[in-house]
Amino acid sequence: MEITVVVNGRPHTRDVEPRLLLTHFLRDELSLTGTHWGCDTTTCGACTVRLDGVPVKSCTVLAVMADGARVDTVEGLATGWGEGDLDPVQQGFMTCHGLQCGFCTPGMLMTSRALLDQDPDPSPETIREAISGQICRCTGYENIVRSVRWAAEAEQAARATAASTEASGVSS
Amino acid sequence: MEGVRPPEEWIRAAAETPRGYGAMKRKEDARFVRGRGRYVDDVVLPGMLHGAVLRSPLAHARIVAIDTSAAEAHPRVRAVITGETLAVLGLAWMPTLMQDTQAVLATDKVRFQGQEVAFVVADDHYAARDALDLIDVEYEPLPPTIDARRALEPDAPVVRDDQEGRTDNHVFDWSSGDAAATDAVFAEAAARPDQQVIGADVLYPRVHPAPLETCGAVADMDPVTGKLTLWTTTQAPHAHRTIYAMVAGLPEHKIRVVSPDIGGGFGNKVGIYPGYVCAIVASIVTGVPVKWMEDRSENLMSTSFARDYHMRGEVAVTADGRLRAVRVHVLADHGAFNATAQPTAFPAGFFGVFTGSYDLEAAHCAVTGVYTHKAPGGVAYACSFRITEAVYLIERLVDVVAHDLGMDPAELRRRNLLRPDQFPYRSATGWEYDSGDYPHTLQVALEKAGYDELRREQAELWRRHAAGEDVPLRGIGLSFFTEAVGAGPRRTMDILGLGMADGAELRVHPTGKAVLRVSCQSQGQGHETTFAQVVAAELGISPDDVEVVHGDTDQTPFGLGTYGSRSTPVSGAATAIVARKVRERAKIVAAAMMEAELEDLEWRHGSWAVRGVEGASRTLAEIALAAHSDLELPEGVEGHLDATTVYNPPNLTYPCGAYVCVVDVDPGTGEVHVRRFVAVDDCGVRINPMIVEGQVHGGLADGVGMALMQSIAFDLEGNCLGGSFMDYLLPTALECPSWELGETVTPSPHHPIGAKGVGESATVGSPPAVVNAVIDALSPYGVRHADMPLTPAAVWRAMQGRPLRTDLAIS
Repeated sequence: MEITVVVNGRPHTRDVEPRLLLTHFLRDELSLTGTHWGCDTTTCGACTVRLDGVPVKSCTVLAVMADGARVDTVEGLATGWGEGDLDPVQQGFMTCHGLQCGFCTPGMLMTSRALLDQDPDPSPETIREAISGQICRCTGYENIVRSVRWAAEAEQAARATAASTEASGVSS
Repeated sequence: MEGVRPPEEWIRAAAETPRGYGAMKRKEDARFVRGRGRYVDDVVLPGMLHGAVLRSPLAHARIVAIDTSAAEAHPRVRAVITGETLAVLGLAWMPTLMQDTQAVLATDKVRFQGQEVAFVVADDHYAARDALDLIDVEYEPLPPTIDARRALEPDAPVVRDDQEGRTDNHVFDWSSGDAAATDAVFAEAAARPDQQVIGADVLYPRVHPAPLETCGAVADMDPVTGKLTLWTTTQAPHAHRTIYAMVAGLPEHKIRVVSPDIGGGFGNKVGIYPGYVCAIVASIVTGVPVKWMEDRSENLMSTSFARDYHMRGEVAVTADGRLRAVRVHVLADHGAFNATAQPTAFPAGFFGVFTGSYDLEAAHCAVTGVYTHKAPGGVAYACSFRITEAVYLIERLVDVVAHDLGMDPAELRRRNLLRPDQFPYRSATGWEYDSGDYPHTLQVALEKAGYDELRREQAELWRRHAAGEDVPLRGIGLSFFTEAVGAGPRRTMDILGLGMADGAELRVHPTGKAVLRVSCQSQGQGHETTFAQVVAAELGISPDDVEVVHGDTDQTPFGLGTYGSRSTPVSGAATAIVARKVRERAKIVAAAMMEAELEDLEWRHGSWAVRGVEGASRTLAEIALAAHSDLELPEGVEGHLDATTVYNPPNLTYPCGAYVCVVDVDPGTGEVHVRRFVAVDDCGVRINPMIVEGQVHGGLADGVGMALMQSIAFDLEGNCLGGSFMDYLLPTALECPSWELGETVTPSPHHPIGAKGVGESATVGSPPAVVNAVIDALSPYGVRHADMPLTPAAVWRAMQGRPLRTDLAIS
């Protein structure tokens, strides 16, 4: 079947088997190996990507189901190669030691980004709930919660700065 | 939001570049947060084929026939390998690390559910899986031996009838300590009215480390050069290389093992699995690279499990709570092959430290190992070679003693902990503990937890529960653990004759930037950062200027890898020493540069300086450039700036810790909620406290998981009941509390920087704290012990039929 999926803003057209999983489409067809595979049962969430903005476990989505859809992966989070180009959730995970082996990290980042897009000021409980469909074997989750909070606060601060700059621009 | 923000020093550290020790953002994270880590499954080579393993659906069966013709006829299949194929090459069986053998692909029989039977090589992963269904294996089912407690009965089906003359399932008997002296203390305690013997049967169930990345390999045998490159999920690349050379007869210089980024190990990736061997053979057979990655069920059902210790422990104790002696019997289930991955001549690993943190007159343990028709393994999962089992047993026993004597468990521990003046302490079973201040560490934990107040709250809740109110049962659990890590001294420890020393090489480039090469293998521990910090601290440069190379046997010196919390104790020590060697060489160059005498030089603020002369000093970068220049050096000094070393640890290091867990148990459902967890660790000097805390966090989650959820169980047919993440339950963010950490620092006296290692401390120390808390919560019902995992059903069952004691509620 021929499908076209817009991945990280770029359309990709491929002829794929109907049974091909979205994870394998991303990893094998597009060489986007940042999306990991960790179980067969939609439990671990290492494969989490955003499908039309919604975090999904790409090991239980067929690639053909994503035909015509927008898929965002960890590779699309940063805007460039500099550290300042990283998304705040990426910066948060680095600052607060929200990762160790790094295997669950891409999935955690995608869920965290989706959460902050919906709720810019989530409580620790909300963060735990949001990532509860994903497993991390290294961090015990505490630093992941801190990382997401760090990102939320950084984004709030950035918005406040932007607002005050705008306000001062108007008044001057 | 208090408690959610990371410590201020982490945030500050993120903005600064420290020199040496302290919280510092990890160097490896820049690639991980962009999805640019390179794990084995990310390796793609031109022309690469894909392998898949056919596994036995039965725990015990004779293989009557294997028909691979339909699979071979599949248009995308390139090869099908069976045990018969391997037998021709002499590779159907491989040695384990414990002088046993293990089938690579079964030839005569299958001996556990999930055992490897055939290997298919195809153009892609999907085709390889399709072809597995086309292989027709005719099995003659046989009755299995599943329950270890019945494995030695005369009519138990014999697991290892491949071994000539074998008629039973006995693997070994091993003991440690002085049996006669221990028995004498027990006899006296039993006879005296002011003493008693208290015991309990304690099971540490079979669990699995379940790293998020499963095991796998990409084997690339170059048919022209004869060089094998193996990208593989290994925690011990050098050990694997040597073992492949010994087993397969491949010349060792023609084997390159690359262990790229590893998605968690926890001991699961120490051993060599049949799939790796199959991938190698497949590459040899097909002449092209072959990738094999197991799926989750394969990982849980066939690779190294952990624990499975059936323990009977007894304590001889005085009426006022002085622990005199401990006596232990263990039945150890080793599965179908004795393939425990551990480095000692002791079949039970480091279980001999079961005397824990207490000053005992005598101690003795006897361990019997048995075969069963279950997956092999036994030493894995951050266990410090069975110290998890040992600590769990003694800490559970101490709580049982406290229960039976009616004593507070904190007070009982306080009365028996080793005193600081007893170090170095030689235990009743011969282990020499290096350092510690146990009463202080315990006190810090109790204060941090607010122990006395917790007890008051608990009594109030018990009172209200007894009065019929709908309140949870609160439990407070303690554990105090002593770890023994950093294997190990050559005289007592090796793996297949390979001593456990680690090499390190450090080269400083002309511009003062350094490259450190180490043998240990990060699986998330942050070696690229920590070891750079060690070098930086020794040489007065920035950690950003130190590149740490690991995970490639062609690029790094020999060493035995990362497990048993040995990286910092062994490779970390090698790193400090090699950096000091470089510093001493730099001193000679600096003396030549400044035309000063060596004895007039001192190391000051990261430079070599002439003592008492203002401004006469040279930084490492200046010295490095001079060392590569035409500067005239003293006779015998070759120039350049580098060094190598091999560190042979004189002793293990002995981290310790005091943990306090607070739980609420729903008396109606048996559900356990972990409210708080206070962990005070003493791992000696902390190089990067942020990384240390991260390691502890992860181990605490493991403890909650093992205590409450995780279990690899079997039915009597030998069907694995924990073969997926739907059945083998791992803790998520909702089961874990916000960890509360503290520290005490007692440097190791024999480690070059006083560090002790911490990777497994929390996994060792936390399960007894959680279990003790749950049992404590149930004490109004008179429960003194229940086995892990304490699922709601297990807790509910433990309470049934027991009268509610109201005397405790008013204490």
